[in-house]
Amino acid sequence: MPFKMEPRQEVSRTVVYATPVLAVLLTVISGYFLFLCLGLSPATTLYHFLISPTLTFYGWSELCVKAGPLVLIATGLAIGFRANVWNIGAEGQLTFGAIGAGGIALAFWNESGLWILPLMCLAGILGGMIYGAIPALLKTRFGVSEILTSLMLTYVSTLGLGILVYGPWRDPQGFNFPQTRMFTDSSLLPLILDGTRMHVGILVTLAISLAAWILMTRTIAGFQVKVVGEAPAAARFAGFSRNRTIWMSFLVSGAGAGLAGTFEAAGPVGQLVPHLTPGYGFTAIIVAFLGRLHPIGIIVAGFLMAISYNGGEIAQVEDRLPQAATGVFQGMLLFYLLACDFLSRYRLRRISARREVTPS
Amino acid sequence: MQDAGLTPRLALHDISKRFQSVVANDGISFSVEPGQVHALLGENGAGKSTLVKIIYGVLEADEGRILWDGRPVTISSPRRARELGIGMVFQHFSLFEAMTVLENIALGIDGTPDLKELADRIVAISRKYGLPLDPAREIHTLSVGERQRVEIVRCLLQNPKLLIMDEPTSVLTPQEVGRLFVTLRQLSDEGCSILYISHKLQEIKELCHHATVLRGGKVVGECDPAVETARGMAQLMIGAELKQLVRRVGTTSQEPRLTVANLKLRSDDPFGVDLTNISFEGGAGEIFGIAGVAGNGQNELTEALAGEVTLHTPTTILLDGKPIAHLNAEQRRQQGLCSVPEERNGHASVGEMTLAENTLLTARNRLGLARQGIIQRRHARGFAKRIIENFGVKASGPLALAATLSGGNLQKFIVGREVLQNPEVLIIAQPTWGVDAGAAAAIHQALFKLAQSGAAIVVVSQDLDELLVITDRLAVINQGRLSAAVTTAEASIDQIGLLMGGLHGMDHDKPAEGAHHAV
Repeated sequence: MPFKMEPRQEVSRTVVYATPVLAVLLTVISGYFLFLCLGLSPATTLYHFLISPTLTFYGWSELCVKAGPLVLIATGLAIGFRANVWNIGAEGQLTFGAIGAGGIALAFWNESGLWILPLMCLAGILGGMIYGAIPALLKTRFGVSEILTSLMLTYVSTLGLGILVYGPWRDPQGFNFPQTRMFTDSSLLPLILDGTRMHVGILVTLAISLAAWILMTRTIAGFQVKVVGEAPAAARFAGFSRNRTIWMSFLVSGAGAGLAGTFEAAGPVGQLVPHLTPGYGFTAIIVAFLGRLHPIGIIVAGFLMAISYNGGEIAQVEDRLPQAATGVFQGMLLFYLLACDFLSRYRLRRISARREVTPS
Repeated sequence: MQDAGLTPRLALHDISKRFQSVVANDGISFSVEPGQVHALLGENGAGKSTLVKIIYGVLEADEGRILWDGRPVTISSPRRARELGIGMVFQHFSLFEAMTVLENIALGIDGTPDLKELADRIVAISRKYGLPLDPAREIHTLSVGERQRVEIVRCLLQNPKLLIMDEPTSVLTPQEVGRLFVTLRQLSDEGCSILYISHKLQEIKELCHHATVLRGGKVVGECDPAVETARGMAQLMIGAELKQLVRRVGTTSQEPRLTVANLKLRSDDPFGVDLTNISFEGGAGEIFGIAGVAGNGQNELTEALAGEVTLHTPTTILLDGKPIAHLNAEQRRQQGLCSVPEERNGHASVGEMTLAENTLLTARNRLGLARQGIIQRRHARGFAKRIIENFGVKASGPLALAATLSGGNLQKFIVGREVLQNPEVLIIAQPTWGVDAGAAAAIHQALFKLAQSGAAIVVVSQDLDELLVITDRLAVINQGRLSAAVTTAEASIDQIGLLMGGLHGMDHDKPAEGAHHAV
């Protein structure tokens, strides 16, 4: 092996913030060649992919609709990731939260009142927390890897939602489509602007981002999370419990995902369907890292991801880009991000093959 | 200093190395003669480790030339260094606990050696240099001194012409130190040069032919240690008059502040040490020392005293009569028991956080640096600033990352953080481990002052000289058992040394060597 990886002496702050930008650039360049290989005009496709979604006001409002849940989930996940708690199952917690919220919406379908929506949010949050509590319990009690349990539980909850919407919760007037009744106005999020799909959930998300930022920079709880993540021995010395941090991470990220599920069901979707999101819970992992686990960075990253979703749709219509290409594009982004991250901390060094004594 | 007609084994010419803004080595030149035992002296942060890493090929110098036997060389990797004939024994060993001596040595050798032949060579070398070693034993059954032998034998197998030793005696009993010196002298007589890094001036006087003193990355002096006084060398090293430490007069205490009774603890770690029936008392104003060779339960005991491990019977540890053994570290701090763990990085501090943030680890409740869970950032910065000023910590300010401080400065900061909280009881492990003489004196002075204010201090240290200077009473920990306490002023170094190494092996079928050849 003529090469080896070795850690760099120091990593400058500029590099830390430059890596996401570099990753985006590399993704664009690779996308260019990908589109070229697909026989498309790369410049036009990239234009549709990256620029078109931002050209109109309606386009921006749609970006907000997409970015909202991504940011909300990623903000919660980032807290856990800081503590080295790897909750990969936000999609499941989102689904379980949506089931809770949808259950309330359907139970009070005949009633109206301002209390219904807050109750749905509460049920959504609780649902997400309960679903997040399972991997937390397994991790703290039995030492089971939370990566595996949280990921696998995602499939359980998606199938659970399927049972409900194909079965007992199916809309009686829905011509046998696997979906619930449309929620009534009392259980739908009010819109911020008529003519768009922007709902108040987006404002709540912004408030939560701000709260997360304060939590991580100004409170002992946030400090505890960082210490547990960076130096477990120092955390023990400081009297911070690792188990409590794991619990907190899962409850917070579960709550965020559950609330995002509620917002999706009570916002743009307006009912429960078998597949509530295009994998927001997983994409949010990319968003969290792209945003450097920082609440403000996550907002920026959320919009970037939203562009790739909406731009992907535009490119599908305009350039007949296959749907899978959107996934490839996002995958490349994560790949380059992780690669740049790794290379900012390690460098590839060529091992010189038996250099003879040379004058220096 | 170079004799005419004699080519130095290793000559450095104007070696410089920068890390971003810090100049670690600044135009360093000196040479090591064949067979010379050459001391490299300097404070922490003086650039010794950087220089040694350059010589061993771990780092590359920005400027300067290295001459090996008179020829210029580029040492691009440790492997290249070994090819040239440079061996190094690091301060922290890199051995796999669960593997045998033979396996560990085989792993460290370039290429794939024949194990049978290697075992024979190990035995031969260990006989020749008086370093008894059984190749078939597993590392975790060895004492620290024996582990060091593994590292030395590993180097000697490569027939080195230069052996670098980084603080080799800090983990040894006085008797083991004596035996190591015999080996090193033998090597030197055979023409092997030795670059010896230590902060123990007495040892350097005893062993070394020549000393190069570094300060702030530069060579500030060369001397013959046999002629120069220890005090003179220390002053050269820190560049200032050394403050005289006053040997404390033992204060007799009526009421014990800290009482430990029959502390028993099974270690979770398969290579850890179980603590057995540990009992002692620390009085007001008393500094109580716990001596012992590394790996005899010091870590376990420190963690149990500090509260990083909690015990089931609350009355096992009493603080001013209050049972505290069931409380965690932060709860004990709130009762008045502070602690300093042995490991500075990642245990007593978080490197990637600022000094201000690092104060929150232990002082957030005692000093109100956080209220209702909200960090009082001004208070935290203020406290960090107070530590920096009171303890002369060299740092750019409270917002400096802990990782940017040199070892000695970080240690001063950590000790300062606990001492300035005026605890009732302070548990401190290895207070001056790898710390320069100036910082060590500052830390000792702070401990004296704290004791004088009525606190009880427990110092767990492998540095016997240190314990003899600062403690009032001391006991020795060996295989998880604590000996009876003796008054330090009446203790003899041989007696304590025998307790440290001598008892070791009594309940082993294979006794440690140090015990039998001692005295």
